[in-house]
Amino acid sequence: MSKEKELEKKPDVGQIIGDYKYGFKTENVSNVYTTKKGLSKDIVKEISMIKGEPEWMLEIRLAAYESFLRIPNPKWGPDLSFIKFDDIIYYIKSSDRVEKNWDEVPSEIKDTFQKLGIPEAEQKYLAGVTTQFDSEAVYHSTIIELEEQGVVFLDTDSALKQYPELFKQYFGKVVSHADNKYAALNTAVWSGGSFIYVPPGVKIEKPLQSYFRINSENMGQFERTLIIVDKGASVNYVEGCTAPIYSADSLHAAVVEIFVLEDAYCRYSTVQNWSNNIINLVTKRSLVEKHGHMEWIDGNIGSGLNMKYPSCILKGDYAKGTTISIAFAGKGQHQDTGAKMIHIGANTTSKIISKSIATKGGQVNYRGIVKQEGKAINAKSKIECDTILVDRESQSDTLPTNIVKNFKGQIEHEATVSKVSDAQLFYLMSRGLTEEQATEMIVMGFIEPFARELPMEYAVELNQLIKLEMTGSIG
Amino acid sequence: MSILEIRDLFVSVEDKMILKGVNLTVKGGESHAIMGPNGTGKSTLASVVMGHPKYKIESGSILLDGTDIAELAVDERSRLGLFLAMQAPIEVPGVTNFDFVKTAVQAHMPQDKKLRIGKFILDFEEAAKDLQMGTGLAHRYLNEGFSGGEKKRNEILQMKLIKPSIAFLDEIDSGLDVDALRIVGENVTKMKSNALGMVLITHYQRLLDYIIPDYVHIMIKGEIVKTGGTELIAKIDAEGYDWLKSELGITELEETKRPVSLGTCATKVPAR
Repeated sequence: MSKEKELEKKPDVGQIIGDYKYGFKTENVSNVYTTKKGLSKDIVKEISMIKGEPEWMLEIRLAAYESFLRIPNPKWGPDLSFIKFDDIIYYIKSSDRVEKNWDEVPSEIKDTFQKLGIPEAEQKYLAGVTTQFDSEAVYHSTIIELEEQGVVFLDTDSALKQYPELFKQYFGKVVSHADNKYAALNTAVWSGGSFIYVPPGVKIEKPLQSYFRINSENMGQFERTLIIVDKGASVNYVEGCTAPIYSADSLHAAVVEIFVLEDAYCRYSTVQNWSNNIINLVTKRSLVEKHGHMEWIDGNIGSGLNMKYPSCILKGDYAKGTTISIAFAGKGQHQDTGAKMIHIGANTTSKIISKSIATKGGQVNYRGIVKQEGKAINAKSKIECDTILVDRESQSDTLPTNIVKNFKGQIEHEATVSKVSDAQLFYLMSRGLTEEQATEMIVMGFIEPFARELPMEYAVELNQLIKLEMTGSIG
Repeated sequence: MSILEIRDLFVSVEDKMILKGVNLTVKGGESHAIMGPNGTGKSTLASVVMGHPKYKIESGSILLDGTDIAELAVDERSRLGLFLAMQAPIEVPGVTNFDFVKTAVQAHMPQDKKLRIGKFILDFEEAAKDLQMGTGLAHRYLNEGFSGGEKKRNEILQMKLIKPSIAFLDEIDSGLDVDALRIVGENVTKMKSNALGMVLITHYQRLLDYIIPDYVHIMIKGEIVKTGGTELIAKIDAEGYDWLKSELGITELEETKRPVSLGTCATKVPAR
């Protein structure tokens, strides 16, 4: 269906996505294989069979499917009862094999990336690339330097085949399939995602990056990412996604599991920009051992409904967790995001910086948990939640839960909600900036503490996206 | 050369009349000082000219080069050449001073012209040096964590780079120590030219020692009650505003006392 026809049929959606810079759709991509709509035991078996998986993975998938049926939707947060699980296609494969070489990538798919300016503009900066098109990785390259150091950077399906023991040791160990309904769903039908293993003592200097996108109607995305940073190692992983337009609602339920072993460091940065018809329900969790440090840099710009609370379980003594996040809710968007820090070890520290922006009637909530368990003596947590409302139609709630179960813990919590004030606008406009320019400048300044944590080209992209979303937010 | 004409201006805020028939004409090359007790409408006048949405024009007109600007938005007025150095400059976290001033200067350029960034950097650094703002100024966030004096100097820096044709300086001297006052005074004086008409709003003589005005207006209860030359400044400094009472037959003033001199500020020893 042409874009124009879609717009005719759904003027409202068209209006939302009409100015969506990255909103286009690649025509004529033939999907090599898809399961039929809906989910059943047979479909789970079928997915596992197509992938040629070991028996134990099928067993985990089936157990997860049972959990999915058993566990109800969360009783808190946005209402999810409208999701029609029977209308979703759970597996889709657009390319039969995993590409090793960019030359072999189908030209149709390359075209999509060209439109996004990805290969030209950013390849030089990439240390390794996994590009996910539909449910499975079609392109994968790992630079020799990384291979020589023993780093494994694969799409998750290939990793299961090539490193079954390592995979089995960690898969599902920090996010159990019984954790929540959507983690269960992901575990039952997962496909694609990234797998990274960094051997002891190896410090990867350049960020590893990956691009994800979805391009098929009624198609769910269930990536599974597993990152293991061994003792004394460090990695900075960057995940980005920019979704093309399509008309039907689409569910995205990813799971990210990260293991930060002793003295290791992991930073996971992402700027999520799904188009507004996507429901994004992601479980992201890390387990941090003694003296380890996990950092989540989490940007949420897109999707209609987004629930995401990156977590750190600070298990080892002196483990450290940091989450710096922004959420942007424009017209018709509901961002329910936050962070979780669970302190188990003594002398563990955590920091949460959350920046939320709501405009054009969007809703943005901060929801977070900081918990210091009985043995987490001398634990320290700092939480900073700032919200800016661009207009009177937009809304925000801050819903923190702070629990200290010992007598030597410390939690600092600061929260502010502000409006783009008349005084600020008057000041900037008195210097010749239009109301739009002034508002944009105030908002960009507000998210600066987040943007400066991103790699340069990501920060630039983020700034462009926010500016784009802000366009027309006045009057 | 621009001309700003304020004619019989009545302005209210929340149904309270603040300005009651102000008349003032400012031409390029002229410097006007507006003095008067607190709460008599001096700052209101500056804000209204700039277009602050809080104030309502009840009657009268504000003409810039013959065009009524009362209906124009704040940014349009700025682009026509108006400038207001504010009494309390606003902090904008996360926005660097450099980015802000650059955007402002760009906004004042014709659409088809592009800012030459190299030259702008040099201009910015020179202005920062003239105002003794320190080398890190460009990368500091707009007014955030600035001292009172730094904020005021930053206003003058913006004025130097934006190059307005009519500028209101609203109590640019408050919160300045002796040195800062001298720096601000010298820089403003240096800007004097036929291309710039200035209105200095102040309580005190001390600023006017550095920037000599051509005209001095005294504003009381929303009206300009007296206009003269520098001789008025000395008289006010010595006698306050009391003498105006009998002369003008005003029975009640908002502030009848002489302005209080703050010990730490650049006060002049009152004439005995």
